[in-house]
Parts: sequence; structure tokens; C-alpha cells
Amino acid sequence: MLSKRIIPCLDVRNGLLTKGIKFQDNLDLGDPVEAARRYYEEGADEIVFYDITASAEDRGIFLGVVEKVAEAIFIPFSVGGGLSSVKQMRDVLLAGAEKVSLNSAAVKNPDLIAQGAAAFGSQAVVLGLDAKKVPSSDRCPSGYEVVINGGRTPTGLDALNWAQKAQELGAGEICLNSIDADGTLDGYEINLTSMISSKVTIPVIASGGAGRPEHLYQALTDGGASAALIASIVHYDQYRIKDLKDYLQERKLQVRQI
Amino acid sequence: MLAIIDYQAGNQTSVHRALDHLGLESVITDNPETLHQANGLIFPGVGAAGQAMGILKNRRLDLVIAELIKAGRPFLGICLGCQIMLEFSEENQTQTLGILPGHNIRFAEGQLDEDGRPIRIPHMGWNTVNLVSPTALWNGLSPEDQFYFVHSYHPVPGPGLTLGLTRHGLEFASVFGREGLWALQFHPEKSGRPGLRILSNFHRYCLEAARAK
Repeated sequence: MLSKRIIPCLDVRNGLLTKGIKFQDNLDLGDPVEAARRYYEEGADEIVFYDITASAEDRGIFLGVVEKVAEAIFIPFSVGGGLSSVKQMRDVLLAGAEKVSLNSAAVKNPDLIAQGAAAFGSQAVVLGLDAKKVPSSDRCPSGYEVVINGGRTPTGLDALNWAQKAQELGAGEICLNSIDADGTLDGYEINLTSMISSKVTIPVIASGGAGRPEHLYQALTDGGASAALIASIVHYDQYRIKDLKDYLQERKLQVRQI
Repeated sequence: MLAIIDYQAGNQTSVHRALDHLGLESVITDNPETLHQANGLIFPGVGAAGQAMGILKNRRLDLVIAELIKAGRPFLGICLGCQIMLEFSEENQTQTLGILPGHNIRFAEGQLDEDGRPIRIPHMGWNTVNLVSPTALWNGLSPEDQFYFVHSYHPVPGPGLTLGLTRHGLEFASVFGREGLWALQFHPEKSGRPGLRILSNFHRYCLEAARAK
């Protein structure tokens, strides 16, 4: 049976982590390659990188980081942040990533998902979906609206409709981020996760809000998610990946222990 | 030296990096002469069956592969590479290499996993392999080891060829073939320590086979 995946997320700007990762052994990691290696060795099932600035100049530096990561870790990793063309996707995949995550650019040009899936296969195309709670309306019947530009710009799209459309277009997975829960450490938005995951057949990664092990458990059970994205909960050494997996395993969830 | 067969199927460089990390010499090539000189062949692959077969035929690699397998050269197919070793794939309704009897079908929607929920397609993530027939490729591995899978179609090899089973709704053959001619549905190059161990086991097997000649 498939294991539930635990996926640390690293934000990169100008080739460096946006915030250092601090471990109790006083290791302060600013280098995304070292951070990736650390999480690989600690049992991460996959790693996600977001290129925060994604200017043209920055992208060259970032591709160098992707290549170094590919030489250092032997688990899958995905890359997102500002990707808006098949050429940019190809560059990232050739540099060694397994998957690309499309977000704002796919909202503006949904066909980008289909183009990516045709060129590289659905397994390589992840839809990054940022959702914000809104009053349920004719326009947004699910009560969640797709937002872009880090949550600043509403799109008028209904989150559930967009998730289903992305699946039809060929996305192989959805990384579902709750803008409301993101950064709170109060837990994932389980209503959102559950609603989307029950209405699509591709895997859903829950994102935004993880602060304690039970949050992961909720997202992976009630939320129906196949994987949980984590950041602060491990970046400052509050928990190790092994702690989180032990917690889930004690509660009878299938995880991968190394 | 191992040769990684180059047919623009995506993950050749990942396999190459993994072998590099292990300190094992390999080359990514579609040159028939270089392929003939290698101690063993790795046949990777990501993407769709139809397109992959088109490129293989175009470069006449289908003929080179058939010849080398006939000559008993150790061979390891990975993911799409493993599926193409069979005769037919439902994906793009493609006639494939036919190195081994069998075909590939799509995971049926609506099947339930052990937790009672419908399976997700693609089968994406880490899963175990229940080895049903011992093989040198598994030296040093344990039944708890997990491997990284990502696929929407799965192999159905002919009778007697299944070496290992994995459950995703139904049980399917995730490892098949015979000693020296292996097919793996998962990605050893992306499966952490146990995956790397499989690659080094394959390398060792190839060296011993070359020495025995």
C-alpha cells in the first residue's frame, strides 16, 4: 500500500534559502543544496523548491541550484515559482527535477498544463493551487476562490472547478495551499483539503498551516490528502521528520521509514 | 562500464547521477558500438509509450537491444523502459519491443485501497515490493524497503515472469523478468538507499557476468 508522503518545502531567493534553517546542533543552513541533503538523509519522501523572485537573472542561478540538488539527493523533487512556458519547464526538468509546479501562469493560460503534460507526461506536472475562503456565491459555489501572486490577487475562479479542470487538462497532482492557514501553524484547512481531494482522482498534497504532528494526521485522514507539505515545523528543529513519521505510524498510517 | 540507453526518454541523467554517486562508471549513449562494449545495459524511461517507441525505432535501437539481449547481455529496464520490454501497451495502443511476453494496462478507476478509499491515479509515491522469487538484485534489501513509483499503466507479464508484487488497489507485477534480464516499474535512481543498492547489485552482477565469459 502506498505510503503517505511528508514533503519539506524550501523557498529560494537568489540561490539561497529565504530564511536560514536552524537546527539544534547550531547548524544554520542557508544553502538549499545542504538543506535538501539534510532532509533527504532524515527521510523526506520528496522535496519542493519554490523560486521566490524568479526574475530572468535569478532563474539562471536557480537552475544551477537544481543541478546541484539532483547530484546530492536520490528522491524526487519538484520546482515551482514563476514557470510560465514549456521551455522553462524543460530547463528545470533537464536540470534534474522530476516535476514542475505551475501556479499563476496556469491560471492565466490553462493550456500550459496540457502543453506540459503532452511534452513531459502528467506525472511531471503539478498544479499549485492557492485558495482563499470566500462567501459561497454563484461565481464561487465551493466557497473557496483561487488567488495568485502569493495570495494578493483574486482571480474570480472557483477552487474546486479549477482543480477539476486542471485534472482534465492533464495535471498529475495538486499541491493545495490554503492562504488563510498558511503561516498560522494552527493546522491545515481540512474542509478545503477534503472537498478537493474527494472530487479529483489525482493525488492532493495538503499545504499551509502545519504546526504539530496531529495536523499532518488530520490532513492525511479526514482531509484525504496523499501527502503533507511542511515548512516551519521542521525548519527550526521543532520536530524532525522522523518524529512526524513515528507519530503517524503509531496511529496506523503507512509511512516510509528509513 | 554500464551503458544507459539514450532515447530522449527523460531520466537518463538521473540514472547516470545515481551511478556517479555510487562511483560506478556509466555512459549515456545511443551508439550501437558503445552499447555492444558495455558490461550491462540500463533502459530507463519517463513519458508515454507511443512516443518512446517512435524514437527507438527511428534510431534502430529496437534491433540493437534485441541483438544484445539475445547475446545474453545483462539488462535492466526501469519504469517506462520496463513496460516497453513487453509486447503491447494500452497507452497510445502501442506495439512495444516484445522482449518478454505480456502487456501493459491502465489502473482501473474506482478500485479501493486497503484503507477503503478509492485509489489515486497515477500511482505516485512510495510503496513496498513483495518479492515472490529470490533475485540477485535484492541482495542486502529487506521486505520493509520502499521504492518510488509514478505511473498510470502497469505491467502484466506472461506466466512465470513475476518476481515481485506491489499493491495499489489490485496487486500488480512491479518486478519481473529473470536473472540477468530485469524489469522494474519503480525508479531505483529516486528510491533512496534501497534503490541505490539495487543499482549497485546490478553493476556487480554485470561485472561477474563479464568475468565469467
